[in-house]
Amino acid sequence: MTALEIILLVLILTNLALLGTSRLAFAIRLVAVQGWIVAALPVLAAWPQVGWRHLTVAGIIAAVKGVLFPVLLRRALREAGVRHEVEPLVGYIPSLVVGVTGLAGMLVLGARIDLPFAAPSPLLVPVSFYSILSGWFLILARKKALTQVLGYLVMENGIYAFASALTLEQPWLVEMGILLDVFVAVFIMGIMIFHISREFDHVDTFRMARLRDWYPRHRSFEREDRL
Amino acid sequence: MIGWLILLPLLGSAGALILRSAAGRRNGLVAIAGVHAAGTASCWLWRPGPLLSGWLGMDALSLLFLTLTSGLFVAAAVAARASLIQAARAPEDKAQPTGSEAIFISCLLLFLATMTLVIVSRHFGLLWVAIEATTLASAPLIFFHRHERSLEATWKYLLLCSVGIALALLGTFFLAAASAGSQGAEQPLRLETLMQAGSGLHPGWLKAAFIFLVVGYGTKMGLAPLHTWLPDAHSEAPSPVSALLSGALLNCAFLGILRVQQVSLAAGVGGFGREILLAFGLVSLAVAAIFIIGQTDFKRLLAYSSVEHVGLLALGIGVGGAGGYGALFHAVNHSLTKGMLFLTAGNIVAAYGTKQAARVSGLLQRRPMTGWLWVAGLFAITGTPPFGLFWSEWIMLRAAAGAGHWVTVIMMLVLLTVVFVGMLTVMLRMALGGSPSAQKTREPWAEVLPAAVLGIVVLGLGCWVPKPLTTLLTEAAGLLGGAP
Repeated sequence: MTALEIILLVLILTNLALLGTSRLAFAIRLVAVQGWIVAALPVLAAWPQVGWRHLTVAGIIAAVKGVLFPVLLRRALREAGVRHEVEPLVGYIPSLVVGVTGLAGMLVLGARIDLPFAAPSPLLVPVSFYSILSGWFLILARKKALTQVLGYLVMENGIYAFASALTLEQPWLVEMGILLDVFVAVFIMGIMIFHISREFDHVDTFRMARLRDWYPRHRSFEREDRL
Repeated sequence: MIGWLILLPLLGSAGALILRSAAGRRNGLVAIAGVHAAGTASCWLWRPGPLLSGWLGMDALSLLFLTLTSGLFVAAAVAARASLIQAARAPEDKAQPTGSEAIFISCLLLFLATMTLVIVSRHFGLLWVAIEATTLASAPLIFFHRHERSLEATWKYLLLCSVGIALALLGTFFLAAASAGSQGAEQPLRLETLMQAGSGLHPGWLKAAFIFLVVGYGTKMGLAPLHTWLPDAHSEAPSPVSALLSGALLNCAFLGILRVQQVSLAAGVGGFGREILLAFGLVSLAVAAIFIIGQTDFKRLLAYSSVEHVGLLALGIGVGGAGGYGALFHAVNHSLTKGMLFLTAGNIVAAYGTKQAARVSGLLQRRPMTGWLWVAGLFAITGTPPFGLFWSEWIMLRAAAGAGHWVTVIMMLVLLTVVFVGMLTVMLRMALGGSPSAQKTREPWAEVLPAAVLGIVVLGLGCWVPKPLTTLLTEAAGLLGGAP
């Protein structure tokens, strides 16, 4: 088993742990670990032809996803005064069942898929799809705004993992642009979480349900406001 | 020239944060919008060449959408300046806190810069970065009025569009995977490289890429069933921003989809893309029709009308042939009309202090010019003859009939009629009827003029399409494999 495969197994385990954990602080730490893994992937995938560009990209990804995001998210957690529990919409055990089923499905799919390029490891593509799937599930199945951001990041990490499988000579301007966008997105989402907690006294997106169509007649005027 | 069109609003965006004088900022916004529009107009005379080794460039599609965006931005900037001045003059309203005006103007200019970048980028990675950047630049704009509803709308917008665009990123990587076996691997995501590779692209991965990119950019474009954020964001944003979101941003996302369709056509799987777009188009039409019936909030009504029209755009491309020309012409008409309607809606909200259609009546009596613009906009947006939208819808219908898509033709006719009746009942009731306080109010020119100019252009396009525009539309439709 190569270093790449060991690290992919760790990625699978962090995803399962994210689906099963009830502690927000722990979930943030898990996403930070994923950031370090995703940073290491392009280097390991290109091994042993590692250029200075791979190292630079890896360094910047590690700095943003492994250090900066956890700091930002922890600050949002502290300032918003969120309860330190995840509050799932779908329970932890069903989430884990979904996670394991998804993993099995992706491994089967990965074995059948016809890759037009040589992947550095047969595990890489299925595991990246699995990460995207679990990130997506976390967004849908957790109520808090902060957990939804975590889900978005898990999904992003999966997409990064797939990109490292491509090992194309991408001009790294694009990679940096993508990283910058994601960084700004998390930054703005952090500000929004702060506003949500101040405005609603909670960060439970499930209760943000004032905007919809088809109100009962007598209630329709309650939404009335000056704009 | 392309570089300046992006840099100018970018510099203006930084300048708005530094500048101390509020009046200077507002005038600067209008001035930059004007210069940007002038620069765009000069591209009609002399089309600029590619830039940054072909990463940026301007073809007929870019020029068409750039003109729309830039023109609409001028109208929105004038309207935004007027409403900011009015808001500053009004006594401090504690129940209605707003964000900082400097940040608002700065984000507005940043929004223009990112949209310009989307339109001129010819590299799928850069296109992705630019489209995500438009989301980030416009989120603070939607949250300008600080209350819990706009907060909810902004959160939905930010999260759903970011997730959607993350899927588009995956689609972009699939596109790179599809080209892995062909030549030109140094710059695998450039539009030219991909189109030259043509049938050398892996068809399976290309189709997967198409699906993910359509779902991703379709979320941003507001194609049903991915539209759920759109009515909230478009109705809660300040009206000049709503006009830009509906009239300019949806086009940018549409352009993202058109670029992938160009690659699909070059690879010979254009039919696959057309079927998917046709399906999305019909679903969007149907969903919009359902939600327009019985809508009580008139800005939400306009937002659902946007869902209807992006559905028509997808449908036009899906039909193929002359439908492509029709769709592009429709994009022109829809942008202008929707911009006009949202700006007018902003004036109505300012006058009546409500977005509830039931609380507005006697518009023609109390505010005659706004009232007439509202009625004209109603007939324009529903595709009634003297306006441009009638002709673009007619071209698409004829193309659908010519291609033998009879189910599409029938569904289109039925759903457009439903939408017409739904919008007529709500909007006409607002214009007619008595007003509780029937005194006529003076309407400042600065508030009515932007919408009026847009309305006149739509009316003009219904009567006579200038030759250069026809040439440009034909050239752009040619890129999508369709001729009139």
